[in-house]
Amino acid sequence: MKRRLVDIAHARSGDKGDRCDLGLFAPDAVTYAVLKREVTPERLARHFAGMASGPVELYPLDNLLALKIVLNGALSGGAARSLRSDNLGKCAAAALLRMEIELPPDLVIPANAGIQKDA
Amino acid sequence: MKSVRIGAGLGFYGDSWRPVAASIERGGVQYIGSDHLAELTLAILQKDRQKDPAAGYTRDLVPMLTSLWPLAQKHGVKFLLNAGGLNPEGARDALVAEFSKRGWRAKIATVTGDAVIGRIDALRAAGESLDHLDSGASVDTVRSRLLFANAYLGAQPLVRALEGGADIVLTGRVADAALFLAPLIHEFGWAADDWDRLAQGLTVGHLLECSGQGSGGNFNSYLENGWESVPDLGHIGYPIAEVSADGTAVITKAPGTGGRVDFDTVRQQLLYEVHNPHAYFSPDVVLDMGTLRLEDLGGDRVRVSGATGKPRPEKLKIVAGFDDGWAGTATIGYSWPGAMNKARATETIVRKQLAETKLQYEEIHTEFLGFNSLLGALADDSKIDDLNEVYLKMSVRAKDRRLAEAFPRQFPWLALSGPPTASGFSGIEPARQLLGLWPTLVRRELVEPEVKVSLQETAQ
Repeated sequence: MKRRLVDIAHARSGDKGDRCDLGLFAPDAVTYAVLKREVTPERLARHFAGMASGPVELYPLDNLLALKIVLNGALSGGAARSLRSDNLGKCAAAALLRMEIELPPDLVIPANAGIQKDA
Repeated sequence: MKSVRIGAGLGFYGDSWRPVAASIERGGVQYIGSDHLAELTLAILQKDRQKDPAAGYTRDLVPMLTSLWPLAQKHGVKFLLNAGGLNPEGARDALVAEFSKRGWRAKIATVTGDAVIGRIDALRAAGESLDHLDSGASVDTVRSRLLFANAYLGAQPLVRALEGGADIVLTGRVADAALFLAPLIHEFGWAADDWDRLAQGLTVGHLLECSGQGSGGNFNSYLENGWESVPDLGHIGYPIAEVSADGTAVITKAPGTGGRVDFDTVRQQLLYEVHNPHAYFSPDVVLDMGTLRLEDLGGDRVRVSGATGKPRPEKLKIVAGFDDGWAGTATIGYSWPGAMNKARATETIVRKQLAETKLQYEEIHTEFLGFNSLLGALADDSKIDDLNEVYLKMSVRAKDRRLAEAFPRQFPWLALSGPPTASGFSGIEPARQLLGLWPTLVRRELVEPEVKVSLQETAQ
């Protein structure tokens, strides 16, 4: 069963120089295990291919049920020189939540989770 | 057991201080740490200072403290603010003048010595390459275009200011979290090598340095209990930390305020703008977040404990800014039918005209507002053919200001002679200066001896 991350996780992103960094957060340990298995540096690199020119770094934090993701070369050289509207990479977290991953069939997703309306 | 209560001030230059009043009035805070300097703020302040040598500090300082000081004095609250920017002494003079005029008494400390723009050659002579921290490029590639260069100072000079009895501590560039770590070191007498406690203090500072982002603002969740369920953002309470002597802290907010402090809102802020969470650098300590424990106590209270600290780095980070050209921008809208088709046709026409004229730009960037300006290459283009409307936004990078300003002049004729339904043209906007940032490292001993703390009392 494929689902978008927005249905099972939440995320925030920000900038540091030419790096965009994202935190991806699972609501519980079961979902965290799924994220850890499915959200790999390779998949992230494919998902953000149009945005990040450098390597993707990934740091799992079991204590926070969270993945820390760093996209190198993702902000056109940095916020103060960029011509982009989202020069600070604030919306990269939203782009991450659109990524689809494979869920185990028995993973329970709350009925009202995520935004199904425009799916 | 003694605890210290610190409240979040502003999270950036231009942020609201209304929630700070609630923290002072009802949150029982003893200190407010206020972060006015994002990575690029010094660039804005440099432009101010080029026009007026007395400027160069964030101009929200005086109105903010004028508004909050009577309440703060009544409750015995002290302030630490990096609002000094590129001119902490100018900030102090402006504040002293305003307080003296009102007959308000305060002891104001100023921390200087972070600015190293005048010492670039001396630092290089002392053996620092000042090469770019990430790319390794030589500073010679930007040397003639440098506009400012400031070291991130740690908490120790701010601690000295508090020991001197300061009510208000004004700094230039310091590590954001130092504004919060300093009162903890001052109150608890933590040793400069008590790494785990310092790491706890750094964690507290990091959770408070972005104002409402630590208490339910910009909470990017669409799950149950997502952002729409966060109460009353219009009256958000900024985060407050109650810290014990061992460094354990409870993050909370003032009663009766909006926002939410829970496991989710706190952990979103904890990882915000962090690179390697096992080595979060500050001038005072290196934090490993891998051992942190967040316990949701309910009632807008989250306990934070278990930080692991590693010895502080040998070198300080410097961020310099350099002139990186000028941006010219124009925006023009098109309605249904075929809005996107028309916007794209206009883009093509403009690009062809630029190629036919002498207007040569280093970069041309196109966005379609309402379609892909925020998500860029990751926008979903499945509904692109039936948009109600879309705005074409084109931006160029030019070496020269006048060349950048020529760009929006390529658009007005399109209203009568281009694709149909053109509307909402943004006009001939002035060019905007672009700045490149240059992060690098220097040995502490080349910067710290220049750091000075001075105290001044306002006349009553």
